[in-house]
Amino acid sequence: MQSQQPVEMILLRQAASYLTMPIWMMDEGGNLIFYNGPAEKLLGVRFDDAGPLHADQLAAMFKATNLDGEPIEDTAFPVVSALVDRKPSHREIRFCGLDGVWRDVHISAMPVEGQAGRFLGVFATFWESAG
Amino acid sequence: MKFKLWGTRGSIASAGPDTVRYGGNTASVELRTSTGCVVILDAGSGIRTLGKELGSEQRIDILLSHLHMDHVQGLPFFGPLLDPEVEVHLWGPISTTHTLRERLSRYLSPPLFPIRVRELPNVVFHDVPPGEFSIDTLAITADLITHPGSTLGYRFAEDGSVLAYMPDHEPALGNPRFPGVSDWTSGYSLAKGADVLIHDAQYTEEEYSTRVGWGHTTFSQLGKYATMTEVSRLVTFHHDPAHSDDFLDEAHVALMSRADGYEVIAGKVGLEMSLLATD
Repeated sequence: MQSQQPVEMILLRQAASYLTMPIWMMDEGGNLIFYNGPAEKLLGVRFDDAGPLHADQLAAMFKATNLDGEPIEDTAFPVVSALVDRKPSHREIRFCGLDGVWRDVHISAMPVEGQAGRFLGVFATFWESAG
Repeated sequence: MKFKLWGTRGSIASAGPDTVRYGGNTASVELRTSTGCVVILDAGSGIRTLGKELGSEQRIDILLSHLHMDHVQGLPFFGPLLDPEVEVHLWGPISTTHTLRERLSRYLSPPLFPIRVRELPNVVFHDVPPGEFSIDTLAITADLITHPGSTLGYRFAEDGSVLAYMPDHEPALGNPRFPGVSDWTSGYSLAKGADVLIHDAQYTEEEYSTRVGWGHTTFSQLGKYATMTEVSRLVTFHHDPAHSDDFLDEAHVALMSRADGYEVIAGKVGLEMSLLATD
């Protein structure tokens, strides 16, 4: 068979494309497969320009620290935590988009489980901190 | 393998003078393997007449795409289901909450129906997850497709021939640029390069505008989908109960005029087709 995303992820992407909060989606291998228009503002690049990104590219492209500006481990990044532990994860971090702008954002990430118990990836929302 | 359409209508059986040629019975398709085994796709009202025509089969497999009424309402009227000499295997989409048997029991029990599932003499239930399995000589791939509730599309391969079956499907849901990118299109892997695709063709564009999310496809969307998936022959299916024979004739003329690289075949009751083995 030819490769195709699971229908659960297709429907999540379609829903994300209509929502106005930033949403980020990764597949079960940790590859970034989609983020929506509002997320493009936070990440500093259009998805059509960035395209799907392999897991090993992500850490190099996006820098993150805690709110004191100290480096954090990859596993402290909620999307990574949700991917590895397969549990919901939330944290406020300082994040640098590809436009070079640092922003404080809340990130809530949850593992996506499809029919028949299939682990399909991670679905995350980004909320820019007030002030 | 070869197949025959016994029920082509969607939503509700709609017998009458306006639906004679395309058929008024709901979804049911007879699929025969090269060795003669019977696999039935869906158990709409068309399965009743199919059951009357079957011979002395000792095993019959029924693959349900989903459990909406128009796909299961014929089940208790399928004669072999009540024959203890016939082993009937019922396959349907897996659920996170209830087994296939439990879900079908909601229909096959009073007050909706007088016969209970436990009274059926020789039935084996199979909860089907997305993935691959086989029946006789058929290599079968099942995958979830866009339709309300857990719904499977199927891809059948035998001797190099491929039949894809997606009777209820809304691949354009939420996709204003449909068909868009193939790997983000529901059912693409199932239909890709199929010799025959039997597919939902329920709505006109005008009808769809007020029925987005109901789980079905327009003629126009279907044409684009057939082009994207590079199927050879497209058989329309799941006709809207409000669409008369004459209306469907016109819709098919329009669909055929736009066909790009595939043949359109009107899914009329009684249609039979063989998929020849390739060397």
